[in-house]
Amino acid sequence: MTVSHTSLRSGMGILAEERFDAIVVGAGPAGSAAAYTMATAGLKVALIERGEFPGAKNIFGGVLYRKQLEDLIPEWWKEAPLERAVIEQRMWILGKESAVTFSHRNERYKEPPNAWTGLRVKFDQWLASKAEKAGAVPIYETVVTELIRENGRVVGVRTDRDQGDLYGDLVVLADGVNSLLGKSLGVHKEWAPDEVSLAVKEVIALPKEKLQDRFNLEDNEGCTIEFIGDTFGMAGLGFMYTNQDTISLGVGVMVNDLKKKRIKPYEVLDAVKQHPSIRRMIQGGEVKEYSGHLIPEGGFTSMPPLSGDGWMICGDAAQMVNAVHREGTNLAVASGKMAGETAVLAHQRGDYSIKTLGEYDRNVKESFIHNDLKKYRGIHGLFKEMNSDTLFGNLPQALNDAAYEWLLVDGVFKKEKQKKAIRTLRNAAGGNIDLLRLGIKGWRAING
Amino acid sequence: MLHIVVCIKQVPDSREIRIDPKTNTLIRQGVPAIVNFYDLHGLEEALRIKDEFGARVTVVSMGPPSADKALKQCVAMGADEGVLISDRAFAGADTLATSYVVALAIDKVGKEWGPVDIVFCGKQTLDGDTGQVGPGVACRLDFDQLTYVEKVEHLDDSKKEIIVHRHLEDGVERVKTKMPVLITALAELNKPRRAALPGVLKSVRYQPVVWTTNDFPDIDRAKIGLKGSPTIVGKTWVPEPKKVDTQMLTADSTDKLANELLDSLFGTELPAKLGWA
Repeated sequence: MTVSHTSLRSGMGILAEERFDAIVVGAGPAGSAAAYTMATAGLKVALIERGEFPGAKNIFGGVLYRKQLEDLIPEWWKEAPLERAVIEQRMWILGKESAVTFSHRNERYKEPPNAWTGLRVKFDQWLASKAEKAGAVPIYETVVTELIRENGRVVGVRTDRDQGDLYGDLVVLADGVNSLLGKSLGVHKEWAPDEVSLAVKEVIALPKEKLQDRFNLEDNEGCTIEFIGDTFGMAGLGFMYTNQDTISLGVGVMVNDLKKKRIKPYEVLDAVKQHPSIRRMIQGGEVKEYSGHLIPEGGFTSMPPLSGDGWMICGDAAQMVNAVHREGTNLAVASGKMAGETAVLAHQRGDYSIKTLGEYDRNVKESFIHNDLKKYRGIHGLFKEMNSDTLFGNLPQALNDAAYEWLLVDGVFKKEKQKKAIRTLRNAAGGNIDLLRLGIKGWRAING
Repeated sequence: MLHIVVCIKQVPDSREIRIDPKTNTLIRQGVPAIVNFYDLHGLEEALRIKDEFGARVTVVSMGPPSADKALKQCVAMGADEGVLISDRAFAGADTLATSYVVALAIDKVGKEWGPVDIVFCGKQTLDGDTGQVGPGVACRLDFDQLTYVEKVEHLDDSKKEIIVHRHLEDGVERVKTKMPVLITALAELNKPRRAALPGVLKSVRYQPVVWTTNDFPDIDRAKIGLKGSPTIVGKTWVPEPKKVDTQMLTADSTDKLANELLDSLFGTELPAKLGWA
């Protein structure tokens, strides 16, 4: 900072024309990671957030991964507010009154930990505070209404405050799934209903001991459960995560299916809460919070160009969510870090055009973000092509029915049982050929 | 130039306070701290005077070091300086000890940055609710006090005169007085402004002036902190929730239900009270 103490106190005129090396819009994981990276390298950074504080408006299912943030802040988990270290992950395929489950539990997830459950209200505040301590200037409760452009280049932002224009060499857009600024740049259109899902979530309080007993946990151990099926035949994924003394329970459903079936998201959640496998886990709990949020689901095919003259876009705003592996915040952190590093390079070169900022595109392309999303790029098409009723209604139910038959001891010959089980699945898929086709398509969709 | 002092207090946001149903005590954990709501109306009025006549606005607060956030907020809105009176020795003060220290501080503010013409306080705090500190400070400074002010009608900065409207239980009192004066603000006084962006930027780097007991060489240590506070809290309790008669309305259609609701509402004294009937 070159402004002297006396001039600071002499009035505001001098500061109104203050310029920044970089302006970050949005203090979620992507924005804070970008701001932290740039501020640590000595850049003068403004971090703008519309919420009262970072995290105030942010919601996620609840899992934070070690790796990507560790690259930014070594041993970050020792200081960050986290809930429980995930040592067990379960997958439930739900039928009407039943469940076929898979799970993996491993003590090796403890040291080093792989993932934690968390709550964004606390986590985002912490990560933004790291950026602040590194020197980023926090500007909260402030909405960026538009980007200021000169000769086709982004040169700053206009906020909703008086005398609210702020100029900088570059702008990092991390304004979340509903990125209005991304739209204003024309890099992406309004998301189509099949590119976003709507997730609703409840935080349900339960005495710690009860929670630990029900989920088979000790001390700081945590468990995550994902479930599909029993969502009124709509494309969706449910989740149940253990926090310290609360459970995050939610379900995300594709917006086009909600529209088609005319079902409200909370109705899906209410129904899920009645499922015998879930009801027992939350019994006696008290709902503490209720929230809803859009989740980008378009993946690879919906990703916009990531940079231009004077700007870069990261995180949810750039559709960086791996829906299959419920990864999002780690993609956000990684993309924010890469955008920050590119900004530092641009600052050194004094070039803020796409020539240098395009480096960010190239880095993302070489990273797990691009590669993982590319692997699953067929998923979006698969959902589009397939009937959600088949994929998320009939098939999960058929699998449960088949499992029931298979395990029922009733004197029927096992050979006969096996035939019946396969028949059930085949019928759910719509016949032999369709089952085969679905298998091939599904395999392709998840193998890029 | 006029010199205006605004007294503020950082309080827990009462909209966010919940009561632990088991212990009947306030759950203070995680409750955000805000500038006492009425104090912001005092600050806004000071800033309006500054905008119109030009004035120096100094904000004074007594509290823990974390209260610097409240002062920064005032600087973001347009205050020139923030003074935090902070010392362990001040802790545990009741309204008597608080007004003693705040009056000393305002006196010192006058010596540092010029004689004080107007002091604004909120009419009361959200957490203590007594409304005693403002008048206590006025007495000690020997300023005229104008409490429960809902409007500043006129201000003459050369004659140092001010005309205000005081909100009383049975009407409004229009008072003219000479400065220096202490005014306690009602919410009706104005609508506090949203800080402009340059103010926000300034406040981020701003560090308030901090005064400890060492900055007051003549302070009477028997009059500060817990020792200087004769108030004894006999008992605190949470009032029993009032039992209210609940009437459940049912109808086959929402239209009918709405009509039934209106009919039953108009059967009460409510419309008359609201001036509808």
